[in-house]
Amino acid sequence: MDLSLSTRTVGDRTIVEVGGEIDVYTAPKLREQLVELVNDGSYHLVVDMEGVDFLDSTGLGVLVGGLKRVRAHEGSLRLVCNQERILKIFRITGLTKVFPIHSSVDEAVAATD
Amino acid sequence: MATVELLFSALPEHVRTARLVAAAVARRAGVDEAVLDEVRLAVGEACTRAVGLHMSHGLSSPVRVSLIEDEKKFSIEVGDDAPHRRFSLPGGTLGAGAGSGARSEAEANGNGPAGGGGGGGLVEAEGKLLPGARDEIPEPVPEEEEGDGEMGLAVISGLVDDVEVTTDENGGVIRMSWPTTEPVLP
Repeated sequence: MDLSLSTRTVGDRTIVEVGGEIDVYTAPKLREQLVELVNDGSYHLVVDMEGVDFLDSTGLGVLVGGLKRVRAHEGSLRLVCNQERILKIFRITGLTKVFPIHSSVDEAVAATD
Repeated sequence: MATVELLFSALPEHVRTARLVAAAVARRAGVDEAVLDEVRLAVGEACTRAVGLHMSHGLSSPVRVSLIEDEKKFSIEVGDDAPHRRFSLPGGTLGAGAGSGARSEAEANGNGPAGGGGGGGLVEAEGKLLPGARDEIPEPVPEEEEGDGEMGLAVISGLVDDVEVTTDENGGVIRMSWPTTEPVLP
């Protein structure tokens, strides 16, 4: 299982749909995607992780890096995730306090700070 | 010897293989299905850290993974050949001399008293991870530091109750274990 990435826009939000496994091998691809979006002026990102089967600390690092990038442009990075095994990793690392985590893309798109 | 031993070139693409093998052997050993995700993640983190250490030190030797099935527990050891490097969690719960709450055990290499052995081992290099470490919440890792394995250790300490990290001048080993139930028969 490799990493799959696709993007689409809804209003001023860019949805990044991620599927597969985010680990030390595949995380650079996600980083490239996030960097490219920010460089192209997309500062409000929603990362949909419903299709993610595996996430490790390398993936967390990339998401934190993405958050730093969008915040530099007063943007936002929201996550969509309902999977307990993925949410657990955010919890044990304290990152649930850092990322807004939503149960659906619609909810994330509608959310404002 | 270990039930299954795995040696792999220190490259990111092989970490997934180690995860899959570890999960398969753990399942056979009788580790609870609900815990297999944790086994997979923990061994992945340990291997990712080892790969990062080998790459950053330019080591060509493989990363070693030993999967050991005992009567009541399943253990995984992930070994690297990177020279000792002091490490600590932001909460100061890993590594020797880590401060309050952390118990460090200095052990001399060889049989002689510390400093007396010909090997001149780094006695201060021995560090143990304590169960309390999982209560620590590390700061998010800045992107520039994401490859240094500290976040990986934090995840492991949050996931695994029984974990021990030892390092010396010749490398390091992360030992983790999980209880098993009745072995799964074929």
